[in-house]
Formats: sequence, structure tokens, C-alpha cells
Amino acid sequence: MYKILFKKTLAQSIHLMRIEAPQIARKRKAGQFVILRLHDRGERVPLTMTTSDAKEGSISIVFQEVGKTSMELAKMKQGDSILDVAGPLGNPTHIEKIGTVVCIGGGLGVAPVYPIAVAMKEAGNKVISIIGARTKDLLIMEKEMRAASDELLVSTDDGSYGFFGFVSQVLQGLIDKKTPINQVVTIGPVPMMKAVCEVARPHNISTMVSLNPIMVDGTGMCGVCRVTIGGQMKFGCVDGPEFDGFKVDFAELSKRLRSYIEQEKISLDKFKCTQCAAM
Amino acid sequence: MENQPKKQQVPRQKMPEQDPKQRRHNFNEVPLGFSEETAKLEASRCLQCKKPQCVAGCPVEVNIPAFIGLIKKGDYAGAANKIKETNALPAVCGRVCPQEDQCEKNCILTKKGESVGIGRLERFAADYARCHGEISLPQLPPPTGKKVAVVGSGPAGLTCAGDLAKMGHSVTLFEALHLPGGVLVYGIPEFRLPKAIVASEVDYLLKIGVKLEVDCIVGRTRTVDDLFEDGYSAIFLGVGAGLPKFMNIPGENLLGVYSANEYLTRINLMKAYQFPEADTPIIKGKNVIVVGGGNVAMDSVRNALRLGAEKACIVYRRSLEEMPARKEEVHHAEQEGVQFDLLCNPTRVIGNDKGFVSGIEIQKMELGAPDASGRRSPVPIKGSEYVIPADTVVMSLGTNAQPLIAATTKNLGLNKWGYIIADENTGATSKPGVYAGGDIVTGSATVILAMGAGKKAARAMNEYLKTI
Repeated sequence: MYKILFKKTLAQSIHLMRIEAPQIARKRKAGQFVILRLHDRGERVPLTMTTSDAKEGSISIVFQEVGKTSMELAKMKQGDSILDVAGPLGNPTHIEKIGTVVCIGGGLGVAPVYPIAVAMKEAGNKVISIIGARTKDLLIMEKEMRAASDELLVSTDDGSYGFFGFVSQVLQGLIDKKTPINQVVTIGPVPMMKAVCEVARPHNISTMVSLNPIMVDGTGMCGVCRVTIGGQMKFGCVDGPEFDGFKVDFAELSKRLRSYIEQEKISLDKFKCTQCAAM
Repeated sequence: MENQPKKQQVPRQKMPEQDPKQRRHNFNEVPLGFSEETAKLEASRCLQCKKPQCVAGCPVEVNIPAFIGLIKKGDYAGAANKIKETNALPAVCGRVCPQEDQCEKNCILTKKGESVGIGRLERFAADYARCHGEISLPQLPPPTGKKVAVVGSGPAGLTCAGDLAKMGHSVTLFEALHLPGGVLVYGIPEFRLPKAIVASEVDYLLKIGVKLEVDCIVGRTRTVDDLFEDGYSAIFLGVGAGLPKFMNIPGENLLGVYSANEYLTRINLMKAYQFPEADTPIIKGKNVIVVGGGNVAMDSVRNALRLGAEKACIVYRRSLEEMPARKEEVHHAEQEGVQFDLLCNPTRVIGNDKGFVSGIEIQKMELGAPDASGRRSPVPIKGSEYVIPADTVVMSLGTNAQPLIAATTKNLGLNKWGYIIADENTGATSKPGVYAGGDIVTGSATVILAMGAGKKAARAMNEYLKTI
């Protein structure tokens, strides 16, 4: 059992939880994730970690309520326990001093980009971060990102805060201003990561993306997280989750993420029903 | 002398089974087990050979004549304890061992007709003891004070952990998933091996002092070197199979194409057949194709029927004769209405506009000269391609080596396919104090071979622990 030590709502339907998991906290590096299972009928879901505290023996996750399991998790309170938390999974982000790194997070993706920005900065890089959300109220971790970066740029799709548009357009702006960029790291919704790659590609700026395919075991056994990278089959859990963005087949990833769209709706409707009945 | 011919007249006792028409719609166990009378009758067929060849055929050296003798006398619990002396998982082995290739193949009666039903008797004794709460715990030697880590709680790990605990060592079993049992819980279906049985076998290990840590991925949560630093003096790696193989044909990433590992894990470990009561979903295809001819393929295709498939079909590139699955499994599948498209090989998977599978293109094959495996190799017949409709495709083509241990352990010798190199008799690897066995050494094999490897390694580790 893994105790929830702290819970905070960062934006509408986006929450941060600090969970007691000393062994994972001891090992976690930027770019890695955990698999959670809430209870004995629960599914195994991968969630990225944003920070960890080896001293306290805790990890922090940030998640958004989108389906049954995430809504159920959101209902859990400080002091409650999660049945299973396994990790840290996936390869850590490759961190080295290369010059200027642009860290781009969209929506929930800001949370996993944050530890990468911190690590890149610690390695001696100049870090320019771009974070974005649909609207101002959904923007998360601005303060943390500002502290981790030499420069922070913000955009919202509706123009309610910062630049009126997408994070990819902000990157385009940096490139247009001839800002020297050695590396781009981007995490967010699939269309956003794809858009960022398309902006960087003509200028041949190495762009790393972190993929979020469906997983079951997460340890290199089941193979559901397969993605196509440069025409080759790779597995998100053990070969990734980070890949060279220019080589990713994003269209296939988008499709595969919709494998269970019908079942997810059934599960969610059933959950909402039981919630109503309980009230 | 009068007794002898009488004994021969008792035929091999049939195992009662659930009716195929019924069982194809449920997940309950297929063979129902012997009654006491049937078990005694079957036990009476054993000739109690002075030099029992059956024992030589058993990878974990069960004293077969002795336990069968006890069943004949009606001492069922005694029989179970006799098996348990050398076999940590009798209820499992009695169900999933390929006895026809091991103990029963060597039975002297095989030459004269039909062997003693050793597997069925083993299952009977183990079930009797479990259901009557008559499994006695062995006398443990005084603690040696040595800490041992067993990584992976599948058949190899469970066996190794049990044997080491019985030698007086302090054993911790590390499991990456949330439940112990490895392939016994994620791979083998409920209708072939009820999960309650695996739980009870694990429980026995806990009772003799084995500690269990689930959710611990050795290679990630802790490395092998971390375990040494944490005070473990010897480590057994029984981490099992790794990533599934695919065919490398177009369309394998369409929605509704599963690896057998994924398909079985969703159903067996995650209980997707109970969706939405269980949270893990699965596509319940009406028209399911399973590619492959091993036991895992049979498990997959029979699960497909139970999920409600109207048509469930094996596509296999050789003929029935070359099929690696146990005859009994093929027979059960046939009884349940599984179709077999033999001498057929998929050339591509076809999808609809939403990205879901809609069919599979098949090429006919003919048998040519024997290949490296000794089986006649399939040769494609040019221009014989045709398309069959399917809404779910399961690729059951075997697995590659589990990659995490290799990637994170220094000085561990691997072969060119990434499997750990381990001594056949001791399980010793190139890294001092590290032993390995099961699928991570041999590639995909059977439960009992993995158990045999776990047993040999435990013996060698015990010797090693005396030297440090």
C-alpha cells in the first residue's frame, strides 16, 4: 500500500499528489514514470512523475481527470492508500551539457517537463521553457517552471494569458529571432508534440518527445505500448518513453491511444452512475 | 502371481471434464479431477518398479512410485507431502506439465499400452491436501543467517525460493507485477490453472518464511548490484519471458491486434473478462484469429471463445503434426469448436477506416525439407494468397529476452539473443553469486523445466553460501 501524503488541485480537474514510495523515490530520474493500480479490480495506468523526495521517501505525480481511473484517483484524499505503485519505469532522460535547451510543455505535459528543465539547468545548460494550456485557468506549474528556467514563455490557445496561440508558434518565434537552440524537449498532447517537431524539423534542431502509449505491465512483457520510430517497432516502456521526435509515427500513436474509446466510455458512465447513487 | 494380470486389466482412468459446449462459455476449470475411487483405481495400475524410469523423466525428481503407493493405501495427504518434498508446486504441475513427454513417457506401461496417469494422480493428491487443509509444513533447519534474493515469482523463482527456505536461508522473493506467480497468473488461463491454486502454493512459501515484495522491478526499482549492497549474499534471476515477437508484416499495429502476452495478461491477470466490473478492457472479438501453434496460442484461442467469439481460429504455418502445443490442449481446443487453418501464414493484417482490424491476408504453405528444429519447414506457395475476415488478431509467436536485467547489471554474460548464460547444472552465471534459470536462460519453455532450473540453482546456491 502506498499512502497519499499530500494532495493539491492545480487547476480544474488537474491534481498533484505526493505518494509515499521510498524505493521509487531513491531511484527516480527525470523522464521516468510509475504504474498505479488503485484497488484489486483496478487497471494498471502509467503516470509520469514530476518530482521525488528521497529524504521523505515520496514521489509526486500530476494527473488530469479524463477517464474512470483518473477520476477515481482524484476522489482519493490525503491519508488514503493506493494499492500498487511500481517504478520508476522507462529510461531516464538523457541529460548533458549541450548549450541551449528549449523545454516545451503543453497542458498536463508541463508536469513531466519540469524535472527535465531542472536537470538540464543543473547540467549547465541555458534553459528556455515554453508552457501552454487551452486557457489561463488550466495552466499549471508556472511558478516552478519560471524558477527552473533562464527564460519562461507562456501561451494559451484562447489568448487569455501570455501569447495568443500554441507553444509551437512560440518556438517558431524563437527560431525567427535567430535564438541559438541546441535541443528541444517536448511533452504534451500528441498533436502538440507533432506540431513542435514540424517547427523544429526544417532547422534540424534535435527534438525529443516523451510518448504516452497505452500500457499494461510497463516492464517489457506485454507489448501493447509498441510505437513506430523511423519505421521500426519500439516499445514505449523499455525503449522509451522518450524518442527522437522526427522519427515518431504520431498518426499511428493517436489511433492506438483510441483503442478502447468505447470501453472507456462504458467504464466512465458506470463510475459516474455509482457516484450519483452514492450521493 | 494371480494379482499381476488383474492389474493389467484396469484401464487408464479417464478424467471427467466439463462438457465442451458448456465450458466454451465459462472460465471454470476444464478437467474436473479424480474422485477418491478413481484415484485409487488408477494408483493400483502402478507396478511399483524397483528402478522407476518415471522418476528419471521428472525434472524435479518427484518420488513417483512412493506417492502413488500412498494414494493406493488411501493416505492422500501423505502422498501430497511426499510430492512436496521435491516439488514446490504439485497442484500446478499436475495440471500444466507435459507428462506425456516426461514421467509418463518413461512409464513401463507405456510400452504395453497406456501409462499410469501420473499427472492426474499428482493433481488429485495436491488438491486433496489443499482442500482438506492437510499440507504439513516441513521441519526447517536452524537459520543460516544468509540473505538470498529470488527475482521473479514464476515457476523457477517459486521453486528456488522454496528450496532455499527449506535449507534455512532467509529468502526474499521480488515480483515486478502486483501479484506473485509470473506466467502462472498472467499467462496460463483460469480454466487450465485456477488462480486460487497459485495463491495457495505461494501461501505455503510464505508460511515457511519466504518474504514477498511485489511491485518491485529488479533492474529499475532496485538493481542486482543494489541487492548485493542491501546485504543479499546470493541472487537467483528467474525473470521469465520478455517482449513478444511480431511477424514484421504490414498492419500489426492496427487496433485489435494483440500479442498473446498482452491478450492473456489482460484476461488472466487483469480479469478483463469481467469488464466493466474489473477496470481493464479488452476487445471481445466475434471473429478471432490466433497466429501460432504453441500452448500459448491454444490458451489464447480458447480464451477468445470464452470472451464470446463466434469463430475462433488458429492459423499455423505447418501441419498438425509439427504443432508444438500439447496434444491434450489441441484436443480440448478442437472439442470446444476452435478451427484450425493449417499450412497457412499471414502476409498482412488489413484494417478499416477507423484503424481497427478487418481481416488478414493468408498465404498457403507446403512442407519442405526438415529445418534446424527437425520439423519439416513450411514453404510459401506463390500466388495462393487470400483474405479471411477478422476483428481480433492475436500474435502468438514466442518472446524475446526480458531486457531490463541485462541493461542494468554489470558483468552478466549474455548470449547473442540477450538471454543470460547460465551453467546447465548449477544455474551459475558469469557474475559471482548470481544464478539464473527458466525462460530468461532457455527462451520460451515449460513450467516444469523452469522449476527444474530453480531447483538445481537452489542446490548450487546453498553450496555457494557455505563458502562465503
